[in-house]
Amino acid sequence: MATAVINVRAQSLGLRYYARVAAQETRYEFLKMLRAKAFSFSIIGFPVMFYLIFGLTNKNTEYARYLLASYSCFGMFGAALFGLGAGVAMERAQGWLELKQASPMPRIMYLIAKTIGCAAIAIITVGALLALGLTMGGVTMTVLQVLELLLITLAGAIPFAALGLLISFVVPPNAGPGIINIIYLPMAFASGMWMPINILPHWIQRIAPFLPTYHYTQVGLNIFGYAQTRTSMVVHWEALIGFTCLLLGAAWLVFTRSEANA
Amino acid sequence: MAATAISSGFHGEPLTRTETPVRVALARLESVTKRYGKVTALQDLSLSLYPGEVVALLGPNGAGKTTAVRLLLGLVAPSSGRASVMEGDPRNSETRTAIGAMLQITRIPETLRVRDHINLFRSYYPNPMPAAEIVRIARLQGLENTFYGKLSGGQKQRVLFGLALAGNPSLVFLDEPTVGMDIESRRALWDQVRALATQGKTVLLTTHYLDEADALASRVIVLGKGKILAEGTPAEIRHRVAGRRIRCVTDLDPAFLRTLPSVLSVEQDREALIITATEAERVVRELMNLDPALRGLEIATAGLEDAFLALTSSGAN
Repeated sequence: MATAVINVRAQSLGLRYYARVAAQETRYEFLKMLRAKAFSFSIIGFPVMFYLIFGLTNKNTEYARYLLASYSCFGMFGAALFGLGAGVAMERAQGWLELKQASPMPRIMYLIAKTIGCAAIAIITVGALLALGLTMGGVTMTVLQVLELLLITLAGAIPFAALGLLISFVVPPNAGPGIINIIYLPMAFASGMWMPINILPHWIQRIAPFLPTYHYTQVGLNIFGYAQTRTSMVVHWEALIGFTCLLLGAAWLVFTRSEANA
Repeated sequence: MAATAISSGFHGEPLTRTETPVRVALARLESVTKRYGKVTALQDLSLSLYPGEVVALLGPNGAGKTTAVRLLLGLVAPSSGRASVMEGDPRNSETRTAIGAMLQITRIPETLRVRDHINLFRSYYPNPMPAAEIVRIARLQGLENTFYGKLSGGQKQRVLFGLALAGNPSLVFLDEPTVGMDIESRRALWDQVRALATQGKTVLLTTHYLDEADALASRVIVLGKGKILAEGTPAEIRHRVAGRRIRCVTDLDPAFLRTLPSVLSVEQDREALIITATEAERVVRELMNLDPALRGLEIATAGLEDAFLALTSSGAN
């Protein structure tokens, strides 16, 4: 009996351990998201459906190309916001997060895996839009533009991942998905993700620069030269970086405060 | 192995291999106070868990059971005092490699298969238990490829039990482990908990089923209002309530029965009377003499439940 007493000892964890945890956590996070049909159907399905309706009816026109960029932003925006925000909020409400927190898995791995999982779903969305646009929409673009579309929309989606995270920390766990739904569609609409910003009512055009989604859509549209010319891209990127710092900072503050009170 | 490890602590002394090693606590709360805002959940509480024992933590809702468990799991930090597992802070990943937990969870991701969940949790630990072993202990044979969402309530509980063992931990927390299980699954889980204890693992159990505590625990700790009200073996706790219970159907007048020697109380229970007495044999003999038509006779020692109710209600005053 006593043998088991002394020889148990806390293990020190090496690099290989962290690499394995990161790989497994990411793998299952992705599988879980993809198989959760309500999530993957709406995140991948909304932009794809919109493109089938509005993009392909305008095939072989500039509009098909315009919408390819703006719906790519819309898809990335949804994946980041829902994947991180609603995902974390739900798992927090269900107690699943607590069980993981009680395990030796480092917390940061959970966030890394969720972020990579969301990014993968988002890339699938943009990939589907690209496939539709190039094959059926008559969109012509260079290989460089394809890469730009993937990378720029991915990088620009970081503030929305931060926003999702902040919401999941701040609001009561069960309200998380609801609140995200409330801000998701208006933000997408008011920043020109669905239709060009200059045909929207003037008061919306005046609000738009205060929305990170507006700056994000502009950098996406700029790939094809459709961005509004009055502001330089540097300003849009600065705005996105600013929003990211603000939101991540707030999320960090809320998280450490809740840790201290726990 | 144990003897050498212990004696190595006494340099210069001859290696005396004693068969009764010093009991080294595996996990400890040392005068821990935990406040949530103005609410004090635990008040200067100390408890130790030793290798190979099953400890049941009992108490009414709000007694501080969950807080004690959360402190030992490193999910919260004490306001004052110290929580430690194997001399380490349970808030460190390294310390947690020795801990497994089955918590009360409403849902875990339903779109992963049982096998996925097991593999994922195994990857969190440096020396996990083999997956086949987890499946066997948690009785999940044939369910490996089933999505978690398709399992019954009892099967879900068994998966969570399996996840608690994934890291082959020395210390296992089981929070209401058999809620939603049928009797057969429950008994099977009890057998596995006993098997864990014989392997030298420590189990901390919180439960609302007092028969579960009675069947499993080598030690019971009763909490009330953030303090320890009583501590001991289930038998010791039971004996805190004096007397045995005599249940019978009789025409004798309860008021008269209360006047018999050694009778503590008489209560009506449906058609029968429940008489609590310190000298049960003497009372029964008297009853049989007075009422030859007496039937349905049962004699039982006071259960853990009676002791629990007595302890926690006096603790509330």
